[in-house]
Amino acid sequence: MKRNGQVLLTVERITKQFGGVVAVNDVSFDVNKGEILAVIGPNGAGKTTLFNIVTGILAPSSGTVRFSGTDITGKKPYQIAQLGMTRTFQNLEVFTNMSVIENVMTGAHRNMKTSFLQAGLRVPSVKKEEKAVEEKAMRCLEKVGIAHLAYERAETLPYGNQRLLEIARAIAAEPALILLDEPMAGLNDEESRRLVEVILQLRKEGLTFVFVEHDMETVMAISDHIVVLDNGVKIGEGTPEEIYRNKAVVAAYLGEEETVC
Amino acid sequence: MEVFSQFIQLFFSGLTIGSIYALIAIGFVVTYNVTGVLNFAQGEFAMLGALTAISLSGAGLSLWAAISLAIAIVVLIGALFEKTAIYPARHSSAATLIIITIGVSFVFRGLAIFIWGTQPQSLRPFTSNHPITIFQAVLLPQNLWAIAISLVGVFSMGYFFNKTYIGKAVSACVVNQFAARLMGIHPEKMSLIAISISAGLGALAGIVIAPISGASYNMGMMLGMKAFVAAVIGGLTNAPAAVVGAFLLGILESFAEGFWSAGLKDAISFALLLMMLFVKPNGLFAKATGKRV
Amino acid sequence: MHERRLGTWLFALGILLFPLIVHSNYLLSILIMIGFYSLVCNGLTMLMGYAGQISLGHAAFYGIGAYTTAYLSATHGWSPWLSIIAGAIISAFIAFIVGIPTFKLKGHYLALATLGFGVIVYTCFKEFTSITGGMNGFFGIPSIKLFAWEFSNDARFYYLIWIVVFLSLLFSQNIIHSRVGRALRSIEGSEAASDAVGIDIMRYKLQVFVYSAICASIAGSLYAHYVTFINPQAFDAMLSIYFLIMVITGGASSIWGAVIGSSVFVLLSELLKEVVPLVFSNAGGEFEIVFFGVLLVVMLIYMPNGLTAAWKKITGKWRTSTTLSPAAKGGGGR
Repeated sequence: MKRNGQVLLTVERITKQFGGVVAVNDVSFDVNKGEILAVIGPNGAGKTTLFNIVTGILAPSSGTVRFSGTDITGKKPYQIAQLGMTRTFQNLEVFTNMSVIENVMTGAHRNMKTSFLQAGLRVPSVKKEEKAVEEKAMRCLEKVGIAHLAYERAETLPYGNQRLLEIARAIAAEPALILLDEPMAGLNDEESRRLVEVILQLRKEGLTFVFVEHDMETVMAISDHIVVLDNGVKIGEGTPEEIYRNKAVVAAYLGEEETVC
Repeated sequence: MEVFSQFIQLFFSGLTIGSIYALIAIGFVVTYNVTGVLNFAQGEFAMLGALTAISLSGAGLSLWAAISLAIAIVVLIGALFEKTAIYPARHSSAATLIIITIGVSFVFRGLAIFIWGTQPQSLRPFTSNHPITIFQAVLLPQNLWAIAISLVGVFSMGYFFNKTYIGKAVSACVVNQFAARLMGIHPEKMSLIAISISAGLGALAGIVIAPISGASYNMGMMLGMKAFVAAVIGGLTNAPAAVVGAFLLGILESFAEGFWSAGLKDAISFALLLMMLFVKPNGLFAKATGKRV
Repeated sequence: MHERRLGTWLFALGILLFPLIVHSNYLLSILIMIGFYSLVCNGLTMLMGYAGQISLGHAAFYGIGAYTTAYLSATHGWSPWLSIIAGAIISAFIAFIVGIPTFKLKGHYLALATLGFGVIVYTCFKEFTSITGGMNGFFGIPSIKLFAWEFSNDARFYYLIWIVVFLSLLFSQNIIHSRVGRALRSIEGSEAASDAVGIDIMRYKLQVFVYSAICASIAGSLYAHYVTFINPQAFDAMLSIYFLIMVITGGASSIWGAVIGSSVFVLLSELLKEVVPLVFSNAGGEFEIVFFGVLLVVMLIYMPNGLTAAWKKITGKWRTSTTLSPAAKGGGGR
């Protein structure tokens, strides 16, 4: 049960109520630096709510979230992002009004300095910064393998490439942690394989991932650690092997899966 | 005693103008909820209704015939407006739709100048206009007509939306378009009905006010904007609340004018609008919901 | 990158040479009007086209600029340069204060709030007669002097306004191709994703709103010094809507849209004034209104991205563009 390593994200006794409905009930877990952690559970288990609490979109009813030693509970999403936690979206939120590379350059926002006035007057530092960020964005695109599309309109990209673009945009922010909201949703086998490769490669470079996913095959294949939710309650956590062997999980989660299918 | 009679006087003129706002505001709310369009041309229906009725009665029609025909004509104009401007742009953003309705209101105003010129005209009162004195306050029968007609309008709308089949279908689209579609209701058709009805209500409002404050090509804009304020006070999604908002606004304006300054009346109304938007954007009567975001 | 600069300098050259080639005061006065509007639309394009935030109240800032400079220079004898700057500072301050609650709103509510703001400011112009002169107007606004050089005739004023327009266009263009410009466009693209990369959306909305207010204010101030007489009707809700028409006609997706939209608007209204009486002898301004109404509706239904975008499409060039409509945004959602 005990994992080695440095804790990056701590979710501590998070509860969220909507009116009388308890969507997330007293959930706690840690994410260690450099690991890939999956949050799984049947529909309505509270995964999305939990995700929204961690990224700051929702405030929890009680409990705390700590990220690299800072209490981020109740902070706004952009403030949390500025601390080095970025995310991708299940329903794709690329900036359709920009080119591919501009999307990625926008991702680097938090590490840039240009202010409104400096930008308008185009002081020399702006030019330097623009050049640097364009090169950096190109490297990010190379990492996910779509550098050849850099100057295309983002909205013309096929679905799978748009997801890779979101990942490139996320890594341009040089984050410590990336949250992936159902990254495999809507991808075909080929695209899924590519995405898995990219994620594993980035992990090797020191990035940490938390993801919410339905696709059990991917979850079992790439996760170091899995947290299982059901009805807003954490019913188990551990390595993929441990999850396979966890009777409560199999009963609640896989049982549910069967009735659904 | 004098303050009291002034109070009554202002209260009644507030009710009168409030009843006009109410009719237009219902139109806003119905249109907004069925089509998602905040119709800036709504006030122009009042202008078109009033001027058409004046022309028809001037052409020798009896007053009531002129009024009915004018309302029918404006309903047709409303339907035409839906078909040519709203329907083709129904998938556009909120901003785009707003600007389209502004464009249409320009067209209506320009056509009005073309047909009726810029001089204000007036409609004769519905019945002999001998002032009635209540508590030393002098009231004109036309004011009573305005209040009565708008109340009838409000209640018949209530009946229409809650009791008749078509009305229920329109209401269903307000509550849940998707479910309504599953039940075999065409939201597109409902959009046409909603805008036509709104146009008719607007026309009625314009006709009722015409004997009191006259009618001219540019009367629609302010009426429309005030009805917005009323609708926002009530919460854009709730017609009865918008009616209450309209009467509140009418009375507030009337007292602001009576005790302070006629010129600043508009500023007060719009300051109220901003306050509402900033503090209670869902209206005075909104309840907190436990809706999932 | 270089092509962009080339266009800008060609534009500058054109401005510079125009009065040397054309000697008609009438045409110069038209171009001066286009200049005022271009300046307003430049800021408004940044707000609407790039950040995707609608404003139906920009005539207010145009008016605040005009009345501030009129009051300070004519009543208190300030140098027009100082009073124009004072107007810009006041507009910026008001934009900031009003912007904080306003930009928490979206869509319809934002449109209503900005409209309400415009009506309130207009009513103030009308009612605070001791400062503004009310509906009788404000007379005797001095012309601008630079040392012994007075911007009193059309040719001189032409250069003054267009230098300001040119500098503001340059400023906007620099913004667009920078961290700040991308942050603004990201708001229009997806607020959720802007949040996710650490962009403080409120801060950028406020910045661009203040910037657009300053542009409108300076334009209004210069207008006041040009015509030397102003009255509230020059700053009513209609003007805000005219600004909107210009931005949309030009296309909110390119900073050149501001100049193109203003030009099309002013030239068309002049043309209508000339042509309509020939066809209908007793017609007045109603055709202008009808015409612009129809133009607006048709543009938004059939050409929602404006003339510049249509041109780009025709020439097959694509540079990043933004639109008012989210129609292009496919993918997720209902």
